[in-house]
Amino acid sequence: MKSFYKKFSERFIEGLLMLSSSITTLTVILIVVFLFKEGLGVFEQKPVENGYIIAVNKANPLNEISSAQIKNIYDQKITHWNEIGGKPDSVFLFRMEDISNFYSEDQIGSNFENLPACLSRVIDSIPNIIAFFPEKYLAKDFKGKQLEVEKITFSQFFTGKEWFPTAQPAAQLGVLPLILGTLWVSLGAILLALPLGLAAAVYMSEIADDRIRRVMKPLIELLAGIPSVVYGFFGLVIIVPLIQKTFDLPVGETGLAGSIILGIMALPTIITISEDAMRNTPRAMKEASLALGASKWQTIYKVVVPYSISGISAGAILGIGRAIGETMAVLMVTGNAAVIPHTILAPVRTIPATIAAELGETSNGGLHYKALFALGCILFLITLFINLSVEYISNRKKHNQH
Amino acid sequence: MIDIKENKLARSKQRKQAIAFAIFRVLSYSIVAILFIILTFIIMKGVKVINWNFITQMPEEGMTKGGIYPAIIGTLCLVAGSMIFAFPIGVLAAIYMNEYVKDGIAKKIIKQMTNNLAGIPSIVFGLFGMSLFVNKLHFGDSILAGSLTLGLLALPVVIRTTEEALKAVDNTFRQASLGLGATKWQTTRRVVLPISFPNIITGLILAIGRVSGETAPILFTVAAYFLPKLPTSIFDQAMALPYHLYVISTSGTNIEESRPIAYGTAMVLIIIVLIANLLANGLRKYFGNKVKMN
Amino acid sequence: MYKIESKNVDFFYGTSQALKNINIAIMQNTVTALIGPSGCGKSTYLRLFNRMNDLIGNTKLTGQILIDGEDIYAKGVNVDSLRKNVGMVFQKPNPFPKTIFENVAYGLRVNGVTDKKLIEERVETSIKQVVLWDEVKDKLKKSAFELSGGQQQRLCIARALAIQPSVILMDEPTSALDPISTSKVEELIYELKSKYTIVIVTHNMQQAGRVSDTTAFFYMGELIEYDNTKTIFTNPKIERTQNYITGRFG
Repeated sequence: MKSFYKKFSERFIEGLLMLSSSITTLTVILIVVFLFKEGLGVFEQKPVENGYIIAVNKANPLNEISSAQIKNIYDQKITHWNEIGGKPDSVFLFRMEDISNFYSEDQIGSNFENLPACLSRVIDSIPNIIAFFPEKYLAKDFKGKQLEVEKITFSQFFTGKEWFPTAQPAAQLGVLPLILGTLWVSLGAILLALPLGLAAAVYMSEIADDRIRRVMKPLIELLAGIPSVVYGFFGLVIIVPLIQKTFDLPVGETGLAGSIILGIMALPTIITISEDAMRNTPRAMKEASLALGASKWQTIYKVVVPYSISGISAGAILGIGRAIGETMAVLMVTGNAAVIPHTILAPVRTIPATIAAELGETSNGGLHYKALFALGCILFLITLFINLSVEYISNRKKHNQH
Repeated sequence: MIDIKENKLARSKQRKQAIAFAIFRVLSYSIVAILFIILTFIIMKGVKVINWNFITQMPEEGMTKGGIYPAIIGTLCLVAGSMIFAFPIGVLAAIYMNEYVKDGIAKKIIKQMTNNLAGIPSIVFGLFGMSLFVNKLHFGDSILAGSLTLGLLALPVVIRTTEEALKAVDNTFRQASLGLGATKWQTTRRVVLPISFPNIITGLILAIGRVSGETAPILFTVAAYFLPKLPTSIFDQAMALPYHLYVISTSGTNIEESRPIAYGTAMVLIIIVLIANLLANGLRKYFGNKVKMN
Repeated sequence: MYKIESKNVDFFYGTSQALKNINIAIMQNTVTALIGPSGCGKSTYLRLFNRMNDLIGNTKLTGQILIDGEDIYAKGVNVDSLRKNVGMVFQKPNPFPKTIFENVAYGLRVNGVTDKKLIEERVETSIKQVVLWDEVKDKLKKSAFELSGGQQQRLCIARALAIQPSVILMDEPTSALDPISTSKVEELIYELKSKYTIVIVTHNMQQAGRVSDTTAFFYMGELIEYDNTKTIFTNPKIERTQNYITGRFG
């Protein structure tokens, strides 16, 4: 009986352990499911606010219109219908408030009871009109034509140069500026962090004596432990004003500020991983080099660095990953302008910062909400790619060393 | 005759080495300098603000005066909540991976997934926590939702450090225990865990340090801009230190006037991280010598 | 005149003495074997000749080591230049993560040789010297890791030869090799003797007997006996040497 109990409890505990260890896998799967379920919803929803419609005159040959076209029409960048496949007439813009140019308040009625009929008549009477109004004011015998708004396509999403998720009448969801902003800031960060980080890694693993290393190592760990919001705060009160003054800019919140802060934050990752790799260089290999009359420095750059190059690149890649995924610090110092960056001295906006800044203002399940989840998907895929390439690099290394 | 004296070639090699090493030294020290600049700056500014009232009083006048008591309490709740969730699961998972499962596909998958989870940016955890805990499970913006989100983020940290701790235990201890007829679990519980305990605690401390400073995961799962009362249940929203620092330094009612509060908050966060790191390093050093019996 | 002389050499790791009053004189173009049980100090002693022990902190040497009459621990001696003249082959083959060609060219490059033709020439002669040329001449651009263990070790010897040292130190060069590779390396050592002075550490008694002209027996940091190999193996003067050689301890 006792042995049965013992056996049973062993089994039970093993099951419990197995369950616990499956949680990470489960979480990753759930993250994928939730992220992509919401994120892919972007491509199934019309980019016009729910309950609103776009209408034209019946004579207009157009049946469909894209969100970019709507925006350009309302921004008066498109002024003639033939630019988007219609007749060569100029576009007549009609907004709800313009109704007062056509009908008096009495005619519309105190409770807007005649508004649908008025709208229908206006649209019917002007052949080159385009109108944007709430669906509830759509007359039963509407004499105009409702335009189908095209759903956002994959390529529009990824190549669109404008990110105005709350724009009226049509949301603009082009993530190109955000992707480029993220890469821009991360690239700057890695350009700053790589030389510094590698120098420190070489110094700690090959040059400094043990005493100095024992002091530096925990300091680097501390650098890794400082919360990103503190880095952001430091950047905000020190780096941002400094940049503004140095370059005489209207605002100091720039891509450069983001790169500097991210660079500092990526340092511990780069240092720790590449230092580890260099310390793993076999002593025999270093001794062989020295025994041939090479100086210590020659040994470092001709033997130690080539030998540990995969570890060093893993460190660099993970450093980039850290920079790409970082949210708060970037959000606080980059100024968050969703434009394609042309200089490091202008504000930029990254993917994580966009999610953090905008998610609070979205309605659950709306297009904007889904668009931010789609951004999350992009971020997830980038980091997954980074993880897998690091994995690939370190596996290849193991292979090489018989 | 051999030529082993200083010569032109040797001198040029030495000069190059001296220059290279000097550059590397300067660059390395500049990293340390950066760290010290950040720390001293925040501590110098923060120390003027921090006093007993600052940590025990509610914010006043649109968070330009008063203390940060509710943010401290909120962060404590979140740290406790996330650790209650992540620590046991993480330790059990590490035990399974290190003591039970054999090398093979299953172990590879679990390892890979844990790595992947560790690589996911914190904002994605925020998105996930919001859609699963807040919306799907209807926890709402709550300490529960925030703790679970942070717990998932801390899970890989706990698993990794625990695994390291278990790996450091010499195999002879296991063999001795199993040889005496103990079961696997008895061996783990009575032999392996006690020996690796200090290192496991080190992992816990590091995870606490990490969780207490995270902002992105709590943005949409729990954090409140301002609450006049302390939370009373796990379904309440809470303020939190990192989020507090974020809002009063970027979007408070009066950014300039709340600057001192921001410095104070930043310093409290730095102190938490400092203590966690010192404690972890101290423990590692203290017990490091004790465990190394092999 | 002797090629290498060791006069009253004491060597310390921190406070513990690793070598006690070692006196040896080695003739040019001979092979000297250092034998003794592990931990006896023979490897430490070998590494004094190219100052490899300098890499370890907190060591101290008293006495003199002369090569061609020059004190290699004197002031003004450049360690890199010394090592250029005193080549070393290690226990395990340790080629660099480079091509076969670059492995052999390495010593030339780090010593400032830039003449492409000269480098190619030297690489070829060195590889030919270790009888590896026919095996690798078509894959000089391939990674050195692709060679077998025995080939790698011969490559490492070629690497040492390329910078034309006059002394070659070998630290148990065949301990990681199979019997066939071992005999190839031993033949090589015999060939190389005509051009170089070779000091070899080995724990393989037969090997010492086969390849060396003189043998030094070390025990607990002391030089117990130093004589012609033949004498040491057939008629040692000291009992402890005999005990070791006949395998009574080791």
